[in-house]
Amino acid sequence: MQLDFSNNYFELFELQSVFNIEVSELDQRFQQLQRVLHPDKFASASDAERRWSVQAASRVNEAYQTLKQPLKRANYLLELQGLMLNEETDTQMDPMFLMEQMELREALGDVESSSDPYAALDKVGVQLNSQINDSADAFLASATSEDWPQARTVVRQWQFLEKLRQETKSLEARLDDAEG
Amino acid sequence: MALFQIAEPGQAQAPHQRRLAVGIDLGTTNSLVASVMSGSAKVLVNEQDEASIPSVVHYQEDGTVLVGSAAQAKAVADPYNTIASAKRLMGKGADDLSDTLFADRYLFDTDSGSLPAFKTQAGNKTAVDVSSAILQSLKNTAELSLGGELVGAVITVPAYFDDAQRQATKDAATVAGLHVLRLLNEPTAAALAYGLDAKEDACVAIFDLGGGTFDISLLKMQRGLFEVMATAGDTALGGDDFDHALAATLAEQAGITDLSDASQQRNLLNIARGIKEQLSDQTSCGFDIPLADGGSYKGTIDRDQFNALIEPLFKRSLKSCRQALRDANIEKSDVDAVVMVGGSTRVPLVRDRVSEFFGRTVLTDINPDEVVAVGAALQADVLAGNKPDSELLLLDVIPLSLGLETMGGLAEKVIPRNTTIPIARAQEFTTYKDGQTALALHVVQGERELVSDCRSLARFELRDIPPRVAGAVRIQVIFQVDADGLLTVSAIEKESGVVASVDVKPSYGLSDSEIEQMLTASMEHASDDMLARALQEQKVEADRVVEAINSALASDGDEHLDSDERTVIDQAIGDLQTARAGDSTDAIKSAIAKVEKVSNAYVERRMNATVRKMMAGKQLADVESDTSDT
Repeated sequence: MQLDFSNNYFELFELQSVFNIEVSELDQRFQQLQRVLHPDKFASASDAERRWSVQAASRVNEAYQTLKQPLKRANYLLELQGLMLNEETDTQMDPMFLMEQMELREALGDVESSSDPYAALDKVGVQLNSQINDSADAFLASATSEDWPQARTVVRQWQFLEKLRQETKSLEARLDDAEG
Repeated sequence: MALFQIAEPGQAQAPHQRRLAVGIDLGTTNSLVASVMSGSAKVLVNEQDEASIPSVVHYQEDGTVLVGSAAQAKAVADPYNTIASAKRLMGKGADDLSDTLFADRYLFDTDSGSLPAFKTQAGNKTAVDVSSAILQSLKNTAELSLGGELVGAVITVPAYFDDAQRQATKDAATVAGLHVLRLLNEPTAAALAYGLDAKEDACVAIFDLGGGTFDISLLKMQRGLFEVMATAGDTALGGDDFDHALAATLAEQAGITDLSDASQQRNLLNIARGIKEQLSDQTSCGFDIPLADGGSYKGTIDRDQFNALIEPLFKRSLKSCRQALRDANIEKSDVDAVVMVGGSTRVPLVRDRVSEFFGRTVLTDINPDEVVAVGAALQADVLAGNKPDSELLLLDVIPLSLGLETMGGLAEKVIPRNTTIPIARAQEFTTYKDGQTALALHVVQGERELVSDCRSLARFELRDIPPRVAGAVRIQVIFQVDADGLLTVSAIEKESGVVASVDVKPSYGLSDSEIEQMLTASMEHASDDMLARALQEQKVEADRVVEAINSALASDGDEHLDSDERTVIDQAIGDLQTARAGDSTDAIKSAIAKVEKVSNAYVERRMNATVRKMMAGKQLADVESDTSDT
């Protein structure tokens, strides 16, 4: 599907293709577009118009979700630079970063057996969030100075951190459900 | 706004004519139909003056079908021919029977197809048949009460329904002759009924515990926009389960050991339900169970005993609440209001514990049995085109992740749960053998890692792939989830642009030909005027199409079309007008399809242009209002 009103998510929402967008502006443009494009606005239209609306609204949703989440937005900016990540060939990692990751992982592994699991989980979470914030700052800095190779390295590390954050969430779910 | 003129051509001709549309709450235990009349949504009553009918269907030997209270009255005397709670079986396969409460209550035929069928004296009936009978009855109620034919209905489904369950619901509507304007999630419908005057940026939790299903939805509301942030639930948890737990205890107390007697079981369930309802207002309740030896057993149950029985069931709902909060990335304290929906939220334990969980008083202002149908009616009114200026917009999500089977029986997520719909995602595949011309895909839904732990939705086979060396062909498979939450899959070979044909085999559903058969069967009892009506409907549709395309061409045809393109479209319109003058429904149908096909590119061009124009206009207006604010 090719909507001719845009082929770049930032342009779709009339935003500059930069990392530090104004999220409230993104929200507002998203709502404006959906109020016009959403299939509910075409419930009694012809098949062709309904199909068009489903595709257009799908694209707007996809674009919104990509730009709304900082990591996905960063990834998308890399994509626009032709610097896609590749899990199979990207194997090099900064050893220092890997060490830190191993420590965080160990701490997470010890949560369930600790005397106060929620406090232990919180501690990991705080550390993780601060590292994620650092990643976002680092990405902004390298993207602004157009140091894309560095930006790409940052995103790869950020992805590691985000994965770990997902694991803390699953662990929290397990703890909650065990509590009942 | 040219865009909406195409959408609503009827309005210019008859501005005062209201298009009749209804909202239907197709519940596990009760069903309702509502419609907007003189500006407010009202539940419609049937000839027996009932607003809510039991979701029960009784099949008689001569083929007569009873629905509602009349059917319910036969439940104890004739349990096998009287089907209740069929919703729990929608979109389920024969191998799911053991998970439901059905296996010992009815006779089943599990060999005749992919769907389990209730064996009744009028033949085998699937859950789709039963639901379709209920929908038909509600449709009749609505048409009698509103005095005309319906243009369509919004039918509600549990937010946590998977694709197969949604599709089954839509199939039931098709068989009942109802045009589905939208499948709407029940908690979202409830939010709609509550929230039109919501304050800015309210975050609302809808706790919906019905007869057979549980949903929790978290929504953000502002200025007519309802955005679902996350939803979670359990499609096999509801008041039915409370009844069953209580009935088992009653049987134990009364010393009833023979549980094979279906009539006795139905009776116990009825008594259990009565006790449950009484315990909402009083702290203890006496009961009387007739026994096989002609005697009876008298006993009492108090609220604490009942609470202890349902506590483990209730806890499952809190688990879903926590999951929804996590997925929405918010805390309990961020929730501004908690709305209770569904008859089972009348149980005091449920109200107290939900209120305790969220740390705030829960809202019960609107009758929890009616709120879903009322919300659906409001949405139906908008979708039917009766409120062109409405600000209402619902942005819902897909409740369960969609994925594909990969090597080793693992499920790879293509669209994660709680993604806003509609949504499309593409996945690329290649061939692994030289000259390979087909590729098999298995689509599943669920959160687990293993395919065997997820719900199998369908198996697809891509055929007609051009034969090349292994890995040379790139096939893009597109998963499109529409605003009803229904999935369609299409595939395209990227080099040649050839669209590979997709053979769909739904795992737990009806194929198109099966639906057609059911339609034919349901029409056998109807008279010839069904055919006449179909022709008439096609003619009206033809007029609508001609009017729409002509008015579009008049306004901007020259702008978007060259003379060759214009000629092709004009030719198709001429053919349609010729077909419309004749008596063949099929000819009109295919002439309409032709017009829509040849005008596809034109429609797309002008829609893009219109949207661009509208967006530009809107932003200008925003800039103006921004400056006037400061």
